[in-house]
Amino acid sequence: MSIVTVQLGQCGNQIGFEVFDALLRDSHSSQGLCSKRENEAYQTSCKERFFSEEENGVPIARAVLVDMEPKVINQTLSKAAQSGQWKYGKHACFCQKQGSGNNWAYGYSVHGPRHEESIMNLIQKEVEKCDSFSGFFIIMSMAGGTGSGLGAFVTQNLQDQYPNSLKMNQIIWPYGTGEVWTYTICKNLFFFFTGDLMEHLVAHPEFKMLSVRNIPHMSENSLAYSTFTWAGLLKHLRQMLISNAKMEEGIDWQVRPPLSGLPPLGKMSLSKDLHFNTSIANLVILRGKDVQSADVEGFKDPALYTSWLEPVNAFNVWKTQRAFSKYEKSAVLVSNSQFLVKPLDMIVKKAWNMFASKAYIHQYTKFGIEEEDFLDSFTLLEQVIASYCNL
Amino acid sequence: MTQSVVVQVGQCGNQIGCCFWDLALREHAAVNQKGIYDEAISSFFRNVDTRVVGDGGSISKGKIRSLKARAILIDMEEGVVNEILQGPLRDVFDTNQLITDISGSGNNWAVGHKVFGSLYQDQILEKLRKSAEQCDCLQCFFIIHSMGGGTGSGLGTFLLKMLEDEFPEVYRFVTSIYPSDEDDVITSPYNSILAMKELNEHADCVLPIDNQSLFDIISKIDLMVNSGKLGTTVKPKSLVTSSSGALKKCHKKPFDAMNNIVANLLLNLTSSARFEGSLNMDLSEISMNLVPFPRLHYLVASLTPLYTLADVSIPPRRLDQMFSDAFSKDHQLLRADPKHSLYLACALMVRGNVQISDLRRNIERLKPSLQFVSWNQEGWKTSLCSIPPVGHSHSLLALANNTCVKPTFMELKERYMRLYKKKAHLHHYLQVEGMEESCFTEAVSSLSALIQEYNQLDATKNMPVQDLPRLSIAV
Repeated sequence: MSIVTVQLGQCGNQIGFEVFDALLRDSHSSQGLCSKRENEAYQTSCKERFFSEEENGVPIARAVLVDMEPKVINQTLSKAAQSGQWKYGKHACFCQKQGSGNNWAYGYSVHGPRHEESIMNLIQKEVEKCDSFSGFFIIMSMAGGTGSGLGAFVTQNLQDQYPNSLKMNQIIWPYGTGEVWTYTICKNLFFFFTGDLMEHLVAHPEFKMLSVRNIPHMSENSLAYSTFTWAGLLKHLRQMLISNAKMEEGIDWQVRPPLSGLPPLGKMSLSKDLHFNTSIANLVILRGKDVQSADVEGFKDPALYTSWLEPVNAFNVWKTQRAFSKYEKSAVLVSNSQFLVKPLDMIVKKAWNMFASKAYIHQYTKFGIEEEDFLDSFTLLEQVIASYCNL
Repeated sequence: MTQSVVVQVGQCGNQIGCCFWDLALREHAAVNQKGIYDEAISSFFRNVDTRVVGDGGSISKGKIRSLKARAILIDMEEGVVNEILQGPLRDVFDTNQLITDISGSGNNWAVGHKVFGSLYQDQILEKLRKSAEQCDCLQCFFIIHSMGGGTGSGLGTFLLKMLEDEFPEVYRFVTSIYPSDEDDVITSPYNSILAMKELNEHADCVLPIDNQSLFDIISKIDLMVNSGKLGTTVKPKSLVTSSSGALKKCHKKPFDAMNNIVANLLLNLTSSARFEGSLNMDLSEISMNLVPFPRLHYLVASLTPLYTLADVSIPPRRLDQMFSDAFSKDHQLLRADPKHSLYLACALMVRGNVQISDLRRNIERLKPSLQFVSWNQEGWKTSLCSIPPVGHSHSLLALANNTCVKPTFMELKERYMRLYKKKAHLHHYLQVEGMEESCFTEAVSSLSALIQEYNQLDATKNMPVQDLPRLSIAV
């Protein structure tokens, strides 16, 4: 059940490094309350999924690094090698000399076709190394030229060439609208890619934006001074879901789910702050001490969900005693809900204003992206926003 | 990393170019202590073993033997180029990189463009191709010239079109010196207008500069230095106007100091391409982010703090002052007031010991006093280069795509009309083969159209920001 990671552009490569690093450190962290056997099974499984073994036992990340300029890839490769714990494959990178100039069209229309063969070959080699290949994890940013443009091109190609394997894109929003969650990525990566659970989270092809929240939000150094209960953690997590909060701090406890039987108060309005976040499906992952005693009934409340899925399918929970890193207890919420509507709407608004004034369009038409392509994208995004709004 | 080639055309272009190479060498010498030919240096210099005869001398790695500038020097008179070749920089230029003639262009754009253009077309092309071949990955051509004369203006813009045809993927950055009000060349309005049309159509980015502004800045620096401010000492190593340590000895001419400012501009513009930093800005990103409409590619530059342009060490004032100054009209290299006009986009290129948080903080602080076009309220592009200018701790180059260039263009048009109405000196142009009156009328209507585009943007100033109606989707 191996996963191949494709890191694209400066952002994708920098984050990809952090993910593999965190994965390995988690795998090496203390077994906590797990039995030795359980722990060993966990470690082997984790390693097998994301690393391959070679020579002197140093694990090699199952990853392909792609960037159109050399600096970041060089830094990433050397940081990994310096750790002594793991490294990237010697021939796992593809690099050029000149970047994409912050231009999606350049990344997609110029770099994409030009380097298609080389990049896909590299990925193919990595896939062949897997005994049992399950899917791709693609890391890219949205705002630049390479991650965004070339990333889109590569994702399309992967869809064509490997139609039956799962593809998960981790995208980084532009500054001001979102955050990056590396710890949570690696925590739930481990459990992902078991087909049926993904089916429930992504029940409808038009609704596949997932967001991830994790708690507790605390640096590892402060952990020694705090204790958590499952009840407390889960209560916070549930309220974060309902009130659309990004962090544990500043959760709005005023927001409540609609009374059962009644429809939610009007359609979700983008301008109101106080609104209830409706979910299509949720997945909660719990790790740590006494996890069997954790009570997740609060997440099964049908009032939280749309009526499409049977409640038993709309919510899933995974539990394991094996703690994550130094966190005695930790919880992750993977949610298909209205979380991302507001940020998406903001970006579409700004882009539309620019497009309507025809600003910067020539920079894109230069490379074959026409106004119709822009309009198609806008239409699609407005549809996604409208669909999620009307949940 | 990528490489760039500098093409310096005409008297002004070559004098400025020379200053640039001098400063670039000194900067790299200060930074590259071990004398290893690295990627930073290779962006503007080749490493050559001069003992090898012919073309085979290029070395790509290892110790520096002999650095050769990636430059082409063009002038239709010999005086300036000869002086360069006899001066201390003679070894930096390859004799194969020169194109000269004897008679000059007589301050006549038509002679520079049509006569010398066709005469030297093949030679120029050959040298351009050669320098491109010597680059691993050529990204940008920097053209330096003046607008008011004959060679820089005429031949300089002729070669723009050639570059666009031959190397369409390589960026064309043009540094143009516009004539001031008190210009000594009577026909400078004609030359400038004819050249503007070419800049409108074939340049990717233009940095307009005028002599009056440069002169004012020099005066300001002199005032600062001579006012006997506390703690002012002469810096032995920093680069600039004129002083001990500089290779150019003759600093009696005022143009030297002024040329140095422009050279510093180019140095700072390319610092992110030459050196590493936490937030790099490629030259292609300048064009991508700052040019929302193809013809509105005129960027007004300002360099702060001023004392980095002087060989003096004034106790560094607060970092924030550096940012504030960048937007004041006294620090612009063109007579323009960006603060009271409309911004389409703005780039801040910082060098030295400055944090991203300082950048962000100052942008937030200054934003309320600046007006940005409604669809680009967040139109800031920033870069951080970790290497500061030699002898200083930090510096800032601001590039503004702003409607404040409009007055310059309007004044130019007025001066042109005054001459043209009387048909003064027109015959010098029309007697050149290939020149007709239509060249003039087309040029002036190109400029008028440009001014009109700026007018339309200005009209949106002060209007409340309205979000345009979005696409509505049937659900």
